[in-house]
Amino acid sequence: MPTVSMTVNGKAVSVDVDVRTLLVQYLRESLRLTGTHVGCDTSQCGACVIHLDGKAVKSCTTLAVQCQGANVLTIEGLAAPDGPLHPMQEAFRENHGLQCGFCTPGMVMAAVDMVNRKGNELDEHTIRQELDGNLCRCTGYHNIVKSIAAGAKAMKGKAA
Amino acid sequence: MYAFKYHRPTTVRQAANLLAKFPEAKVLAGGHSLIPVMKLRLASPSDIVDINGVEGLSSIEVKGRSVVIGAMARHAEVANAQVLQDVLPALAGVPGSIGDPHVRHRGTIGGSVANNDPNADYPAACLGLGATIITNKRRIAADDFFTGMFSTALEPDEIITRISFPLAKKAAYQKFKHPASGFALVGVFVSKRGADIRVAVTGADSNGVFRVKSFEEALKKRFSPKSIEGLTVPADGMNSDIHASAEYRAHLIGVLARRALAAA
Repeated sequence: MPTVSMTVNGKAVSVDVDVRTLLVQYLRESLRLTGTHVGCDTSQCGACVIHLDGKAVKSCTTLAVQCQGANVLTIEGLAAPDGPLHPMQEAFRENHGLQCGFCTPGMVMAAVDMVNRKGNELDEHTIRQELDGNLCRCTGYHNIVKSIAAGAKAMKGKAA
Repeated sequence: MYAFKYHRPTTVRQAANLLAKFPEAKVLAGGHSLIPVMKLRLASPSDIVDINGVEGLSSIEVKGRSVVIGAMARHAEVANAQVLQDVLPALAGVPGSIGDPHVRHRGTIGGSVANNDPNADYPAACLGLGATIITNKRRIAADDFFTGMFSTALEPDEIITRISFPLAKKAAYQKFKHPASGFALVGVFVSKRGADIRVAVTGADSNGVFRVKSFEEALKKRFSPKSIEGLTVPADGMNSDIHASAEYRAHLIGVLARRALAAA
């Protein structure tokens, strides 16, 4: 088994894995970072979205071995464990942008990526369009859209 | 997925040698078609040749009267390339309609073209613009490249390195998106470059992308939606499934071709 090394949430990690291991399995099973979820496992629902070298990708459709040397950010790395929530997480809390919460880590990671690409002023149409790759079966999206608009504004001037 | 051996070559030559050595090997580019079919065990390559470590395959540049796109250019990179917006916006619009933002961060133009999914968008753009597919061995005209559902003229140890698109004076792509997958139920790419008029259709025919010669002939007089009014494409051989009947798909070809001509 090859040793796959990468930086996850700012920390260098190195694990021996089967080359078949998906990035999401590497994160969840080898590193025990279970905030990243497996929803559909078919690249559709977005529960597994993480940032790979600064871009939102579906970790269920990426092999861990492909990420050798890469920089990965998961929901656990958005805010310091003992500090305040990331502004986007806080916006989801404040606006009740979740119900069961299963899709939320992927939603938040997709939302932060959206701000990185589209800026801090996001209208409803843009948010809904850009959320194409994230499914929520509880909320009907209304409060998620509100959360992202608020979180995007709150991120202004702060590093993602 | 089934077990495989993983290779990460750093040059196209190394990658081609691996493909020649292992006949059951597959090239891994963005992985957004290959990894899902491997997970479903519909594909079980003995070896994976990951070309993400090969440098210099992602450039997008204008060369003379063409724009040349590296095979590993991601959908998001092509969609956002300012150079493409300036010289051939119709082509820039194609990857922007594929999948979702996360998929577009990974999927590549070379992967899409090599896979030749019968519902994919890029094959329509290649055929609709008369592109040239450049490999480690030769240059292949789009007209000769797409040879049927999921099949192409590529040899087992041949790898797409770049795709060259001529700068058409007029061009547009219109697609009827499947609302869930975003795949083209039908997509039509039209272009006019001098006397070369092209109408390429994806999603409709079970053999994949094809040109509508009757439309092209009618457009020679005038490149306008009016020129093809009343013309239809026979439903024989069109896909028929839970999403759309063959007749509906055939009808959409006319509708989308007229919309594309109006937009071009």
